[in-house]
Amino acid sequence: MLYFVRMAREAQLQLLSRYENIELAEEVLGELCRTASVDDETIYWIGMALREALANAIKHGNKLNPEKRVHVRIEVRPGAQLRLIVEDEGEGFDPEQLANPTDPQNLLRSSGRGVFYMRNFMDDVSFFPSDQGGTRIELTKNLETRRAV
Amino acid sequence: MKSVVRDVGEVRVLDLEGKITIGTGDLQLRQLIEESLTAGKNKILINLKGVTHIDSSGIGEMVGCFATVARRGGKMKLENLPAKINDILQVTQLITVFDVYDAEGEALASY
Repeated sequence: MLYFVRMAREAQLQLLSRYENIELAEEVLGELCRTASVDDETIYWIGMALREALANAIKHGNKLNPEKRVHVRIEVRPGAQLRLIVEDEGEGFDPEQLANPTDPQNLLRSSGRGVFYMRNFMDDVSFFPSDQGGTRIELTKNLETRRAV
Repeated sequence: MKSVVRDVGEVRVLDLEGKITIGTGDLQLRQLIEESLTAGKNKILINLKGVTHIDSSGIGEMVGCFATVARRGGKMKLENLPAKINDILQVTQLITVFDVYDAEGEALASY
C-alpha cells in the first residue's frame, strides 16, 4: 500500500486488489477522521461505506487481479464535509442495472446490497467512468449531520 | 472473526465475535454452518453479541446460510444483535426475514 497524508486532512492510497487492504484503508480513514474531531459513530458508518466501495472495486471492478490497483482519496473538511473517492482499473459498471435489494423478490438474494448500504450510510454516492475505463465512485458525508436509520 | 461452537440440547449455538466481512468472516460463517449441518445439527442459533462489523458480503452469506439451513429442514435464528448490526439488518428489511431474540433461553425454547 502506498499512503500519503497532506496536512492530516487528506490521504491518497493505492491498494493492491486484496481484501486485507480494506482493513488498512479503514484504519487510515479512522486516523484522519479522529484528527479532524469526527465522532466515533460517524466514523463507523463512513468506514462501512468505504468498506463496501473497496470490496466492489476489488471484487467486481478489478476482479481480484493482483496487478490492478484501487486508488483511494480521502478528504476531510472538519465540521463541513468528508469525501471518499474510490477508483478501480476494471471495465466499468452501470449502477442503473442494480436491483433494489428491499424488493420482496430480492430479499433473500445473497448479493446486491453493497451500493444500497453505501447510499444509506453516506449523504451522496455518485458513479463516473474513470479515465482508464474503470469506475470512479465518489461518496460524500456532511459532517454536521448524523446518520439516522 | 472468532467463534465458539456450543451444543445446547438439539440446538447448535454459534457465538461469533469480531467482523463478518468479505474474504474472512463471511467464509468462516459458511464453513461453521456447513460443519453444523454435516454434524446433523440443523437447529442453529447465531449469537451476534460480539460482532462489531458486518458488510454486504457478510449479510449475503448470512442470508445464503439461512436458505441452506431451511432447505435441509432446519432453522437458523439470531440472538443478541448489537445496535449497529440491528441497524444494518433494518435498512435492508432483513430484520423481517430472520427470527431474532434478545434472550438465549427464549431463543432455545422457540425451536
